[in-house]
Amino acid sequence: MAQTTHGLGGLKYDPTKRTRAAEWNVFFALLLIVFIFEVLNRLNGSSFLFNMRDNVDAIFNKQRLDIMILQVAITGIIAIGVTQVIILGGIDLSSGSLVGATAMIVMSFAQTALVNGNPNPKAIFGDWAMDLPVIVPIVVGMGCGVLAGVVNGLLIAYTRIPPFIATLGMMVTARGVARWWSNGQPVSFPTESYSHLSNGDILGTLTFGALPWPGQNPAVVFVVLAILFHVLMTRTVYGKRSYAIGSNEAAARMSGINVDRHKVLVYTIAGCLAAVAAILLTSKNLTAQAGMGVMYELDAIAMAVIGGISLSGGRGSILGTVLGAMIFSTIISGFTSIRLDAYYQEMVKGAIIVAAVVLDQWRQRQRARG
Amino acid sequence: MSDIVLETRGLTKRYGGVHALEDADFILRAGEHVAVVGDNGAGKSTFVRQVTAVEQKTSGQIFFDGREVEFADPLAAREAGIETVFQTLALADDLDVPSNLFLGRELFKWRFGPFSWLDRKAMRDRTLEALKTTAVKIPNVDNPIRNMSGGQRQCVSIARTAAFASKLVIMDEPTAALGVQETAQVENIIRGLKERGIPMILISHNLRQVFDLVDRIVVFRRGRIVASLNRDETDGNDIVSYITGVKGGADVADA
Ligand SMILES: Nc1ncnc2c1ncn2[C@@H]1O[C@H](COP(=O)(O)OP(=O)(O)O)[C@@H](O)[C@H]1O
Ligand SMILES: [Mg+2]
Repeated sequence: MAQTTHGLGGLKYDPTKRTRAAEWNVFFALLLIVFIFEVLNRLNGSSFLFNMRDNVDAIFNKQRLDIMILQVAITGIIAIGVTQVIILGGIDLSSGSLVGATAMIVMSFAQTALVNGNPNPKAIFGDWAMDLPVIVPIVVGMGCGVLAGVVNGLLIAYTRIPPFIATLGMMVTARGVARWWSNGQPVSFPTESYSHLSNGDILGTLTFGALPWPGQNPAVVFVVLAILFHVLMTRTVYGKRSYAIGSNEAAARMSGINVDRHKVLVYTIAGCLAAVAAILLTSKNLTAQAGMGVMYELDAIAMAVIGGISLSGGRGSILGTVLGAMIFSTIISGFTSIRLDAYYQEMVKGAIIVAAVVLDQWRQRQRARG
Repeated sequence: MSDIVLETRGLTKRYGGVHALEDADFILRAGEHVAVVGDNGAGKSTFVRQVTAVEQKTSGQIFFDGREVEFADPLAAREAGIETVFQTLALADDLDVPSNLFLGRELFKWRFGPFSWLDRKAMRDRTLEALKTTAVKIPNVDNPIRNMSGGQRQCVSIARTAAFASKLVIMDEPTAALGVQETAQVENIIRGLKERGIPMILISHNLRQVFDLVDRIVVFRRGRIVASLNRDETDGNDIVSYITGVKGGADVADA
């Protein structure tokens, strides 16, 4: 048996036991859920993952996987930001609305003047804003993300408004901006180069055609961002400060960490990631509507929670959230695959979120008991 | 006098109407270990928080290392050479031991603002070294300290202070929550500091410990300093009568 030392209050501590990375549990859960849906589909003579049509020469069910991958990518990019905010001990409810507002604004700088020889049905600005270089909408979009993130961060850090309230305010405001900007109409038909952002084949280009993956640029961006932020969170002082603040803000302050400035930075990064999602989403769909991104903030939070984050801060990881995003998307696609009604899907989604939080609370109590 | 490390003159702190600290004149000399004792609520922790700039004083002056100081925040005090173990543990439970030891003063491989690359190996090595010199036993420094006993966590906090100690160490009730063995360990660390000639302010309720470790005992009562006594010229009963107000009610001794 492992040697245990006893501290005050009978707290036990096993020195030889290294806590197994919680991400493994999430990974096994993912495998299990995929397996369950595969079985459920097989009962109807279909398959969840695999191609069953004789006229198509493919191993996997490409159609379904493409939808899942896109969903994981877009919402997952938001979830990467939300994860950092929650680790910091905060919450961000504004990301879904921010996607909507950014989508509307970005698309009006990405429009093309002529659609099949006819003028663009809804030109937000005059001719000067037509057929702009692709860098313009990108910069404008990132500007939206920075602006919203900085406002969130400043409100939370310096006026000490609880993050829940501050970002709820931003959620309502940003959705208002989206509605006002759209005035009830979608903005559509971006330039070719803008549509290429999502629909091109960056992986194929970068690998000189060795790994063609057309139309999946959002997934490539998602993977790159996940790796980038995983590294930042684990290897740089950026992550160390985030975990420290989420773990014990007073201690972080006493240790000389500029807590307020760091909060602004993290919320700004979360805003930027929502803006990236908005750009990729509009580029993929070739249109923007005021209702874009509704509830994405909750989906993103759900992904983080399923991935094992603690809503009280200080714990969780980007890797966990990536796995959580895959579980989330698997469950949604899984229910579609067994033809569960959309209303039930919403209810199940809600139940998953609550269950994940309950599980987190339970884990914390277990831990406190030792 | 040049051998004075820390001096406060008329140091005062009020929380609204609460006079937590009144007109405290305090002197600490080079190499000296001084105990601060007093009832709960006497103002001991408040005194520490003013000196270390966790809070901003209401009035009075603080001299440290030969000049008057106005620290803007705890980091400034720490950078000036004051290392403190606060009464409420200033540890991040979700971080491992090296991260806690180096919290706010990490070592870097290369610097790039908030994205500076951590030198994790160097921090780990120096943590093990620090724990060795302080004889603190932590079985696995790579685990988050959440899972450690109260004593081990306190030891991490104290090891941090001892490892970075340069000009002055302050410990606010470091052994209040510890068992016998752990208390002995902390007392050994304090003796080590004495040998290294590092001056210290020790806040403690444990008179046995105080008489064992320090040169001088300062008694706080109701926000005021009511006595400053050399260890060899006093005893437990004497101290207790100052703490409880039997002695020193009217004629306040000079610190
Ligand atoms: N932040 C605060 N606000 C109001 N009163 C406080 C605060 N901190 C301490 N006090 C009061 O100041 C007095 C001294 O407290 P403290 O310095 O913690 O005492 P000690 O450490 O000697 O037990 C107590 O009466 C306490 O209630
Ligand atoms: Mg106290």
